[in-house]
Amino acid sequence: MINKVVKNADEAIHDIHDGAVLMLGGFGLCGIPENLIAALLRKGVKNLTCISNNAGVDDFGIGLLLKTRQVKKMISSYVGENDEFERQLLSGELDVELIPQGTLATRCMMAGYGIPFFPTPAGVGTEVALGKQIVHHKGKDYLIEEAFEADFALVKAWKGDTAGNLIYRSTARNFNPLMAMAGKITIAEVEILVEAGELDPDQIHTPGIYVHRIFQGEKYEKRIEQRTVRKRL
Amino acid sequence: MLDKNGIAKRIAKEIKNGYYVNLGIGIPTLVANYIPAGIEVVLQSENGLLGMGPFPYEGEEDPDLINAGKQTVTYLKGSAVFDSAMSFGMIRAQKIDLTILGAMEVSEYGDIANWKIPGKMVKGMGGAMDLVASAKNIIVAMQQVNKAGESKLLPKCTLPITGLRCVKKIVTELGVYDIHHEGGFILRERAPGVTIEQIQNATAGTLIIPGEVPEMVID
Repeated sequence: MINKVVKNADEAIHDIHDGAVLMLGGFGLCGIPENLIAALLRKGVKNLTCISNNAGVDDFGIGLLLKTRQVKKMISSYVGENDEFERQLLSGELDVELIPQGTLATRCMMAGYGIPFFPTPAGVGTEVALGKQIVHHKGKDYLIEEAFEADFALVKAWKGDTAGNLIYRSTARNFNPLMAMAGKITIAEVEILVEAGELDPDQIHTPGIYVHRIFQGEKYEKRIEQRTVRKRL
Repeated sequence: MLDKNGIAKRIAKEIKNGYYVNLGIGIPTLVANYIPAGIEVVLQSENGLLGMGPFPYEGEEDPDLINAGKQTVTYLKGSAVFDSAMSFGMIRAQKIDLTILGAMEVSEYGDIANWKIPGKMVKGMGGAMDLVASAKNIIVAMQQVNKAGESKLLPKCTLPITGLRCVKKIVTELGVYDIHHEGGFILRERAPGVTIEQIQNATAGTLIIPGEVPEMVID
């Protein structure tokens, strides 16, 4: 039987090289591949292009890779939570491409669906449209956006099995299943790894065909970015 | 003149029973606190949640369950989660009945700028460009004048555009406006105690006054 299990995060990223294009799942700090980011820090690979909705915070998530100057370019939709990011951006040390969030999600999804480009109204009439083809359809303008090409997709799921099937939990799903479909090599870290056959096929979000390597993360901090609570009456 | 909560209260009156609603960050988030009794709405959070509930009780925060502002939230009966592509799919397909957004500038044609101040703020557009490009019903919640005392209701936006001709209605501390399809802010209501002159002074774009303008009723 196919077995995609690797020992740990370091083994999973052994062939990620300087200059690689990476996708990293997560929304804010929710559902990010914590163990894989830690392994990238240890490996010290440089000049990375990171496709990720956000850029972490100063001392967690992708923010850690920014601090060590391992990132050359970020492709994101919103980066407001990170002072170091803003500093590197304004000083010109970091290249940044900001794109609409729905466009970012769909560019991942289309890579996994084998569709090279698609029309979207998001960004028409804005600087996002600069240099892009515009098509007119039934009275409305659309930008042509391309599917992403990424060397590696690093995603985080709740449960996975040895065949690479993945199940996400709550809003930690976000970009993870889309990026899982989109990497030339997809690496999944999971909180709970089980034998093939133990997950209900009806409940699987990402079929194992998209996943090349899987491992159970050593530990999960799951840091909360904005802890908001209400008082008990 | 209204405070932020007053603006939110007035916008809450626009919400109809059964609506699916997307609330932006800032004043729009406050609208959830003022949805009238008997009106049931489903809040969408574009990180992949329908049926967003209130903040959790202390000690019950779940790091896997957040809203688009990255705040810890809860489920309600009937909540559903999905990935980010489906989330923007339902936005693009106009399944969302009402979108409430903040803005830095709105033009008299309904153009909106709310994502970038060149050389100053580079946070990104998040989901705002997708929302304004597709939403059928957008209400802007904003202060009408900026900290320098300049009007944010303009003939033409000066900041980088988020979307063209998309805003339908604006609620500010001074009044309620609809956008005229040929350009202009149609004054529909005045905030309590606010005069037409005050509103004129705070509106740089074309102000259209359709006869007697009633004072807003809130509460």
